[in-house]
This record gives sequence, structure tokens and C-alpha cells, in this order.
Amino acid sequence: MGAPDRQAAPAGAGAAGREFGPSRRELRERRERRRSLLIAAVSTALTIAAIVILVPMTPGWERVQKAFFNEGVFLKTFPKLLDAFWLDVAMFLWCAPLIALWGLVLALMRDARSPALYPLKLFAILYSDLFRGVPVILVIYLIGFGIPGLGLPRPWNSPYIWGTVALVLSYSAYVAEVYRAGIESIHESQRAAAVSLGLSHGDVMRFVVLPQAIRRVIPAAMNNLISLQKDVALVSFIGPVEIFRQAGVYKSLYANFTPYVGAALIFLVVTVPATRAVDRMIARQQRRQS
Amino acid sequence: MKHLVKAGIVALGLGAVAHSAWAQGDCAAGKTLTDGVLTIATGNPAYFPWVIDDAPETGKGFEAAVALEIARRMGFEGDAVKWVRTSFDEAIQPGAKNFDFNIQQYSITPERDEFIDFSAPYYTAAQSVVVRKPAVDAGATATVDSLKSLKWGAVESTTSPGLIQELISPDADMLLYNDVADSVEALKAGQVDAIMLDLPSALFTAAVLLDDGVVLGQFETGGDSPDELGLVFEEGNPLRDCANEAIAAMKADGTLKAIEAEWLQDATGVPVIK
Repeated sequence: MGAPDRQAAPAGAGAAGREFGPSRRELRERRERRRSLLIAAVSTALTIAAIVILVPMTPGWERVQKAFFNEGVFLKTFPKLLDAFWLDVAMFLWCAPLIALWGLVLALMRDARSPALYPLKLFAILYSDLFRGVPVILVIYLIGFGIPGLGLPRPWNSPYIWGTVALVLSYSAYVAEVYRAGIESIHESQRAAAVSLGLSHGDVMRFVVLPQAIRRVIPAAMNNLISLQKDVALVSFIGPVEIFRQAGVYKSLYANFTPYVGAALIFLVVTVPATRAVDRMIARQQRRQS
Repeated sequence: MKHLVKAGIVALGLGAVAHSAWAQGDCAAGKTLTDGVLTIATGNPAYFPWVIDDAPETGKGFEAAVALEIARRMGFEGDAVKWVRTSFDEAIQPGAKNFDFNIQQYSITPERDEFIDFSAPYYTAAQSVVVRKPAVDAGATATVDSLKSLKWGAVESTTSPGLIQELISPDADMLLYNDVADSVEALKAGQVDAIMLDLPSALFTAAVLLDDGVVLGQFETGGDSPDELGLVFEEGNPLRDCANEAIAAMKADGTLKAIEAEWLQDATGVPVIK
């Protein structure tokens, strides 16, 4: 953008410009848009061509193709993988509301302002340090094998239960932080105003702060849900045969990695639309706020 | 003095190189990853009784002893044998391998054989069932009918999940684990009633890892169940023929049986599952 253009199309000249057809600046911008579209198309085509042509020319391609993209193995294993994926979906549906709830409870504890409630606040702080600081897989291992090891009778020692408990404990620590960001984004003056109207502290939180805070953090919380969709596969480490484990069984059976590629495809089919939905939600929210 | 020592070391080193070069049979010459050195891979960790104390270079444990004997017959001894550790996946991933052969209880199956190469079998491992005493008290016996009603666990990367389905087809879904240690943990926690392991691992697990472990029974070897263990080679590795020669010779002169008798417990007392 050179200085002369700015002079040629001063602010507020839009209405006048329309009467005389497109301004010089508009014409130039159109030209530039066309040009960048063309460049983008050519460079994308070149990149794809390079990948399609060059990768098969590498010396190991044939072996990689046989080990990762084997049609026979794919067809034999895909239906069973799809079956196993329902277990992931079920665990996700079971975990997500519990995480939302327990995360909110933790966030409220963290926001406790009365001195008498300080132990709750301390607990929430330590909790979030602990579960955000330890890898999810370790939490799953320790809880999934540790708690049933105490001697619980069946079915209370089920890895399905304790695996999802581990996920809920870990993820709610992250989600609580998201809620907290939302709660703290509501200006103090709103609380003060509500108190001055005679609302109790509980009612201020319930009717003034939370409705706004939660609406603000939904997109960020959704991002956590998307990563949860993938992390439910970690529960397989303590026994359940979900899609990742089923793919592993086929990998050992056929000494071939194609089942993993199949599993990745199934995950993508679910996570990509979910990610796009969240993107749209964030965009809509930004429009509303600006 | 220092120089003398150095010279001596160099001379010894040269001697060792010359020696191994001489000792190498024509078969293995030039076919190994590093000239004059045989690189053998095993699990990380390697389990008892296949390798004792996770130290394969000592030659203690069945697989360690077998591997070193095969190496010796191919002309590699002492410093000419190098050990590396790999997971199951590293042995089957495409691309260059960091080992000449891999020994960690790989069952030979036709499906796997399409993507990797196996040597001739060096051991036939019966699949067997480990339970804890409470299950026996509750009436579990060495019959397929009785095994059906148990909750099963197995290790993912083994042939057990398929065999459990095929031989027993249990009523409840089985649970699968990354390694033997995890499956034993689940057995201890009561999350599974029974796990399937090869017989030597089963005997060790029941006797050492569990306080109240019982090897309930073993499946008959032979037949269709794939329970022969072989060395794994990269697909098309010419060294396999040399190893097969060595294994054949070890079978013929009784060395293999002797190693088995030395490191693997006699298991004739374990009932066969009907």
C-alpha cells in the first residue's frame, strides 16, 4: 500500500466512488486478489505434484507402502476397527458431562472468597497443579491398576470405570482453568453492582457471573473436548479393547501398520468436523463481541 | 611403559579383528550390519527365563544362550556380538533395521511371514493358562468349557488374543495389555481371571510374580496353533540361511535340547487342556 493510494481513496469517499464505478484502488485490489489466487493455486498444485511424484521415488517407498498402506490388510481390519471405535465414543460420552461438572465445581472452589473456605481454594490449587502436571497416561496407569488393586470386588474394579475416572480427574483440571478464566473475565464492578442490589454471593455467581462466564469459555472448553476424543484411546493401556488396541492386535497379527492408518482415518472423520464447528463458534462469538 | 601397554592393546585388538574375520564361516561374511560384528536385538526389558537379569550379553537365560550359540556357529564370539534393544514394532517397521536378527519370543505365523522373515524355529512354546488360587477354588479347571466362563486377559503383541478367541472364545470380552507385567497387574487386581502366556513365562509368572499363582493347564503343541518361536530378520536378509544352518546343526547334535534343559523348567507336570 503506497501513500498515493491512500490519498486517492480517502476515508469516506466510498459512497461517492460507487457513482463513478470502481475506484483505482478497488481495481488494483481486485487485480491483486486475482494474482494471489493464481499464485496460491499454482504453488499448491506444484507441492502436491512434488509429493505425489517424489515420495514414490524414494528407495523405501515400496516397503512403506506395503507396511502402512496395504489394501488387503486395510479391508480385512477396517470393519472391526469401526466396531471398536464405538467403545471410544461411549467412553467419551460418559466422560464429557462429568468433566464439565467436576471442572465447574473445581473452578468455583478456586474462586472461593470467604476466608473460612480457604481450604477449598487450596485444594483446588493443589489439584490443578497435580493433575495438570502429570501426564494423562500416568494417571490412567496409577488409578487404573492402583485402585482396583486395593481389593475392590467385581464389577467395581472394572478398568472401564477407573480408566474413565482417571480421564475425568485429569481433564477437569484443565477445564477448571478454562472456567476460571471465564469467571475472572467478568468485571468486578458487575459483582459489586449485583451485591448492591441485594443479591447474596451465591446468587451473584449463579445469576450474574456464571451465565456470562460460561458463554465466553465454551469455545475454549470445546477444544478440550476435541483432545478428549483422542485421549480416550489411552484407556486401552489398562485393558479395554477400543480402536487403538484393536489396531494394535491386528498390527501384531499381520506384522503390518496399516490398521493404525485405518484407526487414524476413523478419528479424523470425527475430529475434523468437530474442530471446524468450534472454529465457527469462536468466529461467531468474536463477531458478537466486536 | 604406557606405550607398551597401548601397543599391546592395539595388537590384541588387531588380533581379535583378524580372529573374528577368520572364524566367520563363509556364510555370514559380509552379510552383517557391521562387518565382523553380529548385532542381535532383544526386548526391552528382556524377561526371565528367556534372558536372566535383563543381561543377554552374559548368555544366561534360554534365548540369550541360544542367540550366542547361533552367533558362535556363524563365527561371532565375544566382542564380535553386539546387543541392542527393540520393541516389537521396531522389528516390523519398514526401512533399515538396527539389528541382524531379533530374538524375543516371536511366534512364527504365515500372516507375519509376509512382511518379515523368520528363521527355523528354535523352540516350541505351549500356550498355557495362568490363574490365581481364588479362581481354582471357585471351580476353574483345565477344560475349554470351564475356561469359557472366565474373564480373560492377554498381551496385545502376542498371538494370545487370537488364540483365546479361537481355542476358547470366552463369554466376556477380553482385556488386552502392553506387556506381561501389565497383564499380571490386572490379574492381581482381579480385573481378569486368567491370562494366556507361553509355558516358560507362565511358570515364572505363577511362581515368582504372583503369591497365589497357578498354571492351570497348557494347550497341546503342534496342530494349528502357532507356537513355534523363530528369529526375526528383515525381509530378504541373506543372513537367515546362515542362522538356519546353525539352528539345524544345534538341533542335530543335541545342543538346543541341552540349552533348553539348562534354562527352561521341566513342564511335564502341567495338565493338558481338554
